[in-house]
Amino acid sequence: MTDNSQNRAFRLEDLWSGPMRIVLVLGLIVAVFAIMRFDTFASFANVRNIGMAGAILLVMAVGATFVLITGGVDLSVGAVLVFSGVIAAKVMGAMGSDGWEVAAIGLLAAMAAGTAWGILNGLLVAKAKVPALVVTLGTMGAAQGLSWIIAGEDLRDVPYVLGDTVGVGSIGGIPVLVIIAIAITLLGGLMLQLTRFGRHTFAIGSNPLAAREMGINVDWHLVRVYGLAGLLAGIAGILSLARYGSTTIGGHATDNLQVIAAVVIGGTSLFGGRGSVFTTAVGVLIPATLASGLIMVGLNTFWRDVAVGVVLVAAVYLDQAGRRLTR
Amino acid sequence: MQMIATTDTQQPLLEARQVWKRFGSIEALRGANFAIGRGEVVALMGDNGAGKSTLVKTLCGLYAPSEGEVRFDGRAVQLSSPKDAQALGMETVYQDLALAPDLDAAANMFLGREVLRGGLAGRLGILDKPQMRRRTVEALTTMKVALKSIDAPIATLSGGQRQSIAVVRAVTWADKLVVMDEPTAALGVAQSAAVLDLIRRVKESGRSVILISHNVPDVMAVADRVEVLRHGRRTARFDRADMSMENIVAAITGALVNEPQA
Repeated sequence: MTDNSQNRAFRLEDLWSGPMRIVLVLGLIVAVFAIMRFDTFASFANVRNIGMAGAILLVMAVGATFVLITGGVDLSVGAVLVFSGVIAAKVMGAMGSDGWEVAAIGLLAAMAAGTAWGILNGLLVAKAKVPALVVTLGTMGAAQGLSWIIAGEDLRDVPYVLGDTVGVGSIGGIPVLVIIAIAITLLGGLMLQLTRFGRHTFAIGSNPLAAREMGINVDWHLVRVYGLAGLLAGIAGILSLARYGSTTIGGHATDNLQVIAAVVIGGTSLFGGRGSVFTTAVGVLIPATLASGLIMVGLNTFWRDVAVGVVLVAAVYLDQAGRRLTR
Repeated sequence: MQMIATTDTQQPLLEARQVWKRFGSIEALRGANFAIGRGEVVALMGDNGAGKSTLVKTLCGLYAPSEGEVRFDGRAVQLSSPKDAQALGMETVYQDLALAPDLDAAANMFLGREVLRGGLAGRLGILDKPQMRRRTVEALTTMKVALKSIDAPIATLSGGQRQSIAVVRAVTWADKLVVMDEPTAALGVAQSAAVLDLIRRVKESGRSVILISHNVPDVMAVADRVEVLRHGRRTARFDRADMSMENIVAAITGALVNEPQA
């Protein structure tokens, strides 16, 4: 009755038209730089640097992937990262010691602060029916402003152990930050692909009315999705503290756009219903790889912004073209 | 004026008795009656604004009647949400189909009713995708629906195939009755024929079908009876013998009334 699509012969165009396209793009970028500057670009130290540069963005991008798949958007992640870092630094500073227990409390504080902003975003989007763009623009400003008000200036109350192990440490040569980001990506990816939570996320983005008519609690699910994005921004906040040893309040103004760009370059649809956490990871790596490679071949790093812009528009164009084909 | 003998000698499966529905000063239903027996396909017809949608929404639990009662299996029931109707074994195929175009057939079939794996995996919310796929294939096979691909997003399927998935889903979850709102309105000739076939198979499975339609040939092809609404009340009923284009059109336009009007 149905043809067996799994048994269909492998075709090259499937590879190019499918979600794996972006992996090929990354492979191409890597190949070009590797050929031009093999010893430096393909060195372990450089790969490590690229990973470090992308790790914190990737943690936020995992949450943003869920949000975009519901058809929403979250502009507040960078500000929530900063706010969570400020709260964690305040809490850890008040405890005043340098041990692991302080770091653990700081992590919990950052997670709670991030989740609270996320839930607020979700409630405003789902219950108050304010467009996500406006809600998260508002909470972005509020979280950023409150961060300055609470902190006054950049705080540096980061326990030594946190910076030493999570911030710059590595296990078997792999930076701990990268290991954490990979673990969160795997968890997020499996959650999206395998669980009912993930299935409802896709369903709501694909057709919110249908999801409602079929008995899915759409409002509550949206609150949880934005809450998850906030939680991950909170975790990113403590990771950022660990890495920079400071709350870097002024340093995350464009995180939100970098995160959204990474998710969209990774093939997740801005219109909801389609996407993958794993290709988001590739979407994070592309700008990081371009930045590193362009320096090595002696080009101005601003070319990275140009190249990322081109890739971003191309990714959305291909998503649109794909939709026209199937509808 | 001919009198209609009920085709079903038993009591009806679902019945509306003297149902009134008011929205402010507007009377959408003015003492409407409706009845459908087990395994019957009844077409609910009427001009735009005759009250078809309001009546069906009342039967499905979306609206509470202002007056009158809804009876299911001979008992008066108070349906306060579509969930109540579903619990009784009624499913509705909405005109918008309520499908998620980016998901595959199995995901749509189990939308909102996902089956989880057993044990720890299930407690973590992990889906039992093989089981849902298998049961989807079974349901599609039973209803003789062929899809281009069962694993593709349904956006890639034809309108008729999408309609079929929505119907098969409703049939799968409805033990007793399926309501279909204009199921062929957006379809071409061949696809409409496939959906009509599907309605016949639903009937063969012993379930009842309420078919809301403007399309007289479609109705004549599958319906056992026709009930016509006009100005918020039932004005005519036809069984197969009296079902003709002339009678139906006359009843819809008000030229023919074969129901005693209060």
